[in-house]
Amino acid sequence: MPDTVSAAEASVSGSLDGDYDDAAGYYTPGAPLVDTKAPDAPIAERWQTRKFEARLVNPANRRKLSIIIVGTGLAGASAAATLGEAGYRVKSFCYQDSPRRAHSIAAQGGINAAKNYKEDGDSVHRLFYDTVKGGDYRSRESNVYRLAEVSTNIIDQCVAQGVPFAREYGGLLDNRSFGGVQVSRTFYARGQTGQQLLIGAYQALERQVAAGTVETYTRHEMLELITVDDGTGQERARGIVARDMVTGEVQTHVADVVVLASGGYGNVFYLSTNAMGCNVTAAWRAHRKGAYMANPCYTQIHPTCIPVSGSHQSKLTLMSESLRNDGRIWVPKNQADCDKDPRDIPEEDRDYYLERIYPSFGNLVPRDIASRAAKNVCDEGRGVGPEVDGVRRGVYLDFSAAIERLGEKGITEKYDNLFDMYERITGENPFEVPMRIYPAVHYVMGGLWVDYDLQSTIPGLFVTGEANFSDHGANRLGASALMQGLADGYFVLPHTIRDYLADGPFEEITEDHPAVVEARESVKARIDHFLSVNGTRSVDSYHRELGNIMWEYCGMERTETGLKKAIDLIRSLKDDFYRNVKVLGGAETLNQSLEKAGRVADFFELGELMCIDALNRRESCGGHFRGESQTEDGEALRHDDEFAYVAAWEWAGEDSIPVLHKEDLTYTAIEMKQRSYK
Amino acid sequence: MNLTLKIWRQPDASSAGAMHTYQLADVSPDMSFLEMLDVLNEQLNEQGEEPIAFDSDCREGICGMCGLMINGDAHGPEVTTTCQLHMRSFKNGETITVEPWRSDAFPVIKDLVVDRSAFDRIIQQGGYISVNTGSAPEAHSVPVPRDDALRAFNVATCIGCGACVAACPNGSASLFMGAKITHLGELPQGQPERDSRVVNMVAQHDHEGFGGCTNIGACTAACPKEIPLDVISQLNKDLRTSIKHGH
Ligand SMILES: Cc1cc2nc3c(=O)[nH]c(=O)nc-3n(C[C@H](O)[C@H](O)[C@H](O)COP(=O)(O)OP(=O)(O)OC[C@H]3O[C@@H](n4cnc5c(N)ncnc54)[C@H](O)[C@@H]3O)c2cc1C
Ligand code: SF4
Ligand code: FES
Repeated sequence: MPDTVSAAEASVSGSLDGDYDDAAGYYTPGAPLVDTKAPDAPIAERWQTRKFEARLVNPANRRKLSIIIVGTGLAGASAAATLGEAGYRVKSFCYQDSPRRAHSIAAQGGINAAKNYKEDGDSVHRLFYDTVKGGDYRSRESNVYRLAEVSTNIIDQCVAQGVPFAREYGGLLDNRSFGGVQVSRTFYARGQTGQQLLIGAYQALERQVAAGTVETYTRHEMLELITVDDGTGQERARGIVARDMVTGEVQTHVADVVVLASGGYGNVFYLSTNAMGCNVTAAWRAHRKGAYMANPCYTQIHPTCIPVSGSHQSKLTLMSESLRNDGRIWVPKNQADCDKDPRDIPEEDRDYYLERIYPSFGNLVPRDIASRAAKNVCDEGRGVGPEVDGVRRGVYLDFSAAIERLGEKGITEKYDNLFDMYERITGENPFEVPMRIYPAVHYVMGGLWVDYDLQSTIPGLFVTGEANFSDHGANRLGASALMQGLADGYFVLPHTIRDYLADGPFEEITEDHPAVVEARESVKARIDHFLSVNGTRSVDSYHRELGNIMWEYCGMERTETGLKKAIDLIRSLKDDFYRNVKVLGGAETLNQSLEKAGRVADFFELGELMCIDALNRRESCGGHFRGESQTEDGEALRHDDEFAYVAAWEWAGEDSIPVLHKEDLTYTAIEMKQRSYK
Repeated sequence: MNLTLKIWRQPDASSAGAMHTYQLADVSPDMSFLEMLDVLNEQLNEQGEEPIAFDSDCREGICGMCGLMINGDAHGPEVTTTCQLHMRSFKNGETITVEPWRSDAFPVIKDLVVDRSAFDRIIQQGGYISVNTGSAPEAHSVPVPRDDALRAFNVATCIGCGACVAACPNGSASLFMGAKITHLGELPQGQPERDSRVVNMVAQHDHEGFGGCTNIGACTAACPKEIPLDVISQLNKDLRTSIKHGH
């Protein structure tokens, strides 16, 4: 295989019609990328083999080794608790006032595990298979298998911590099923599973704080990664620059290894189901220091969110998709019925479009399919609810049949706060009128590239949870993000990181090391810049505008023309931002506008890369739907011959276009098939 | 609708604060209370006045980050979090007073933002089950009666927002603490550390400067998660048992 494939060569080997390289001119081709850490063993033995081969660190030496973990969500808190307990010295960072508030707390539906408690045909292999298929064959096989393999331990661990999962009368754990699968493998704690799992991990973390192995830095935001030459010309991650958000102090923290568990970047769209503070800064700063960003364009649009109600809106609220187990989705058959009271529309005039188009999965088709189907019926003019910008963007999620079957009490037991939450936000009682839902940005499958050990392209920088790219491919099945976060933190990273740490002790780095000073000074300069522009527009107004561009052109459907337009728009908006933003207040105080300015600045650069990645991927797969690549009946059309690769992007400098490295995806345990849920 | 807002502004922990009055027009009843503050902040930014600092993150009523005294009520007039309070709960022309949580154990950081890290320190003193990663028994090896699991869940839903403390005339965190003690105490896994948990958590609570509980019940009335008052009885009961056991 040649080291680099030129754009011209790539286009010759293609089998698509017309001009193949839509992204020509927007990137430079780079050398192929391979994961060298997954052992060459049959898939079911890889993880056991890797665990055995990973070197050990003896307990006395662990106390001398230090680890920085950015993020206290499921991925970060579980890692900090486990590594602290193992005896390493851990520093844990989060931007909220307590680790317990990480965005993982908001997850509603549940967590998957191949326990096969229902004897309905589930197994590690089936969970693996469903996840790879659900991700449209764009995830890495070895990672996904491992995820399925350790999933069963997660449930054991959480139960032992006191996570109050739903139980059956006999005292055993209950399950339900989730979109995209036909077995019941999702464990849940009513509609608040993420909360209960995070509280479990948070408590384990606080236990280590009391034991003195973990130090927590709350209201601290990582603003830069510190890399240091190890003497051989290799830059290694050795610390972070963080701002104490209360005092404004810019601090440097050094360690032997850095872990980013900083979550996803869905907030690049401004409106999303993510918490207000979710951002890409930690990952993006690492990207600029040499960590590749993989598949950034893969965004998951969640089908069951409360529709937008007006321009003041700051975020969108998800209604757990577990609701699709009992709720039936429909719109009127006739446009003329769209403004009627839904209860007055007779059965024969309703179009249960998911049940009609996808009879075997019905309302439980995966998220990408359910979302696009909703968009299509609304684009046809059959949406319901208030008109926003001239279109009704909503479909009904109807519980009337389920209420008849289970009673209001049964429904409340199963879905708990979700019905209340809906009523509180919309002012409508879903026991009386069907809920209205519409797709919204929810989760990102893209993230920093990692190998099987979860190590990025910067040695000593590990990335876990939603911040990495590896397990979900182009689409994530419900209830598998929580599973990944906890798998990474409790069961994977602690083994792989010790192999890295076994090389220690590492060179001592002091605060006045030139690389540390340089990183700290660059952060101060950025802060000074934002505070000195003194322009006319608020940070939020820029963020909102960026979000509109992303949703319009890099949202549910992408086209070559749209993406090129978006890139131009983003570039000029970013220019304007640096010249015209208005950030009041000082550097040495709690300053929320300043915090947002730094995050939005990074979103601009990420947004541009997302569009370039989407432009390059001239196929439709999972959450990435390219208008140019669809079947006759409008389904996503993949091109495995050309795009069965991970797109890993390298930062080439402020004024250069990014470099594209491809990691070919090979499947040995699973046959690549066109996905069908019909 | 049009509103007059009286809002507490305080540059930092050591400076004095004061109420400031702002006018806000065209507030939609569909806005959440925090979205209303967002709009006010945009207006302030435009006028060259520093926006008002307040905490929020999930805006879904689950992270516990938000929390304001609104017209003297923790989280405002409804039983919910501030982020889930909507402007339809207010009237056109109303004057609304907004202050930070009131409690010595929650010092003000700036404007409406307070420091609630005392809650984390209480949890550090036993608000967990000691289980090392990887050593957990098979989940089904210990069945948990459904009703116990349900009751544990009902109190485990505490979001650590601090409204109970802010509402309590004594500034007690007993509801918060009782919720955790009851959650873990309802489960078989929580039994081995039951005695030491309550003793150590209560000691930390008092050390942080939270007040004692005198059964007023303002906490449970303000709690967005409707944590019932009997978790405090449970706490007291566990405390008595632990003393009997020689703690
Ligand atoms: C509403 C909603 C419902 C969901 N429901 C489900 C579900 O039912 N099942 C499921 O499997 N998944 C669900 N998900 C997805 C899942 O919750 C997330 O993908 C997952 O929790 C991410 O966990 P994480 O640990 O990677 O990151 P997060 O939980 O997002 O944690 C990120 C951490 O990083 C910190 N951080 C970030 N940047 C910085 C910085 N620069 N400096 C310092 N700290 C920083 C934050 O403070 C935080 O502690 C849901 C998501 C949403 C939005
Ligand atoms: S008990 Fe209620 S009011 Fe107190 S912290 Fe918990 S959720 Fe908030
Ligand atoms: S912002 Fe999370 S509970 Fe209000």
